[in-house]
Amino acid sequence: MKLRIHVTLKPGVLDPQGKAIEHALAGLGFSGINGARVGRLIELDVADSTDDSAIDAMCRQLLANTVIENYRIEHLEPAK
Amino acid sequence: MKTAVIVFPGSNCDRDIAVALEAVTGRKPAMVWHRDSELPDGTGLVALPGGFSYGDYLRSGAMAARSPIMRAVSDAAAKGMPVLGVCNGFQVLTEAGLLPGALMRNAGLNFVCRDVALTVENAQSAFTSRYAAGERIMIPVAHHDGNYFADSDTLDRLEGEGRVAFRYAEDVNGSARSIAGVLNDAGNVLGMMPHPERRIEPAHGGDEGRRLFEGLLELVA
Repeated sequence: MKLRIHVTLKPGVLDPQGKAIEHALAGLGFSGINGARVGRLIELDVADSTDDSAIDAMCRQLLANTVIENYRIEHLEPAK
Repeated sequence: MKTAVIVFPGSNCDRDIAVALEAVTGRKPAMVWHRDSELPDGTGLVALPGGFSYGDYLRSGAMAARSPIMRAVSDAAAKGMPVLGVCNGFQVLTEAGLLPGALMRNAGLNFVCRDVALTVENAQSAFTSRYAAGERIMIPVAHHDGNYFADSDTLDRLEGEGRVAFRYAEDVNGSARSIAGVLNDAGNVLGMMPHPERRIEPAHGGDEGRRLFEGLLELVA
């Protein structure tokens, strides 16, 4: 079973990299850039028998730092 | 006092902190590999050194915080053993949940490597008893991810409980409320981004860092 784990900064957490991207896009002449925030995408391939609670535990214990980040689990193939 | 330095793959200040510990205790610390699951018998203090454990993969300190030895360090910390984390060691302590907050990319995005002025905020802790409250000291920093973040309730609590050990006295990395070092609620775990072990003798340009180690010696002796 293939999963995508989307890890994003929580709202309110300052993102200096996002700010730099915002400014760089403006510097390239693109207008109307209202914001940019940088996250991380983790592609996981796990046994089909892996249950949702185990996936959630993986996110909480390692893949995301819940002090500063949120995560969203996307199933690329329907769980059986 | 017997001390131990945890060595992760990618640690690069482990020998520096070992030199500092030996200078004040008179004996060489045990160098404990991250795959070990126990601290040597009689260990009275654990240091987590600076460096780039696991190449900063995923997040700084994230992989090291889940290595086998960290369970033993957590258990020892819960029993009151002093644990000092410097730089990457601070990042490991926050990732392991032994200290609140997180260390994010420096606000200026640059790696900052220079001597910085710190203010000693709490001179009552085991780690800071040889300093005076409000004292200004110079300690080097060398980090890319030293921007301390915690939510405002946590920051209020840390300040209210005197758990901010050191604050930057100048703009360094964008840290919330200029926090450079924090204590756990019991006061036996300190994480700090600046490197006291790099300033323990006059040849280093100063020896303000040495007093931190001397204070610990007094505590555990």
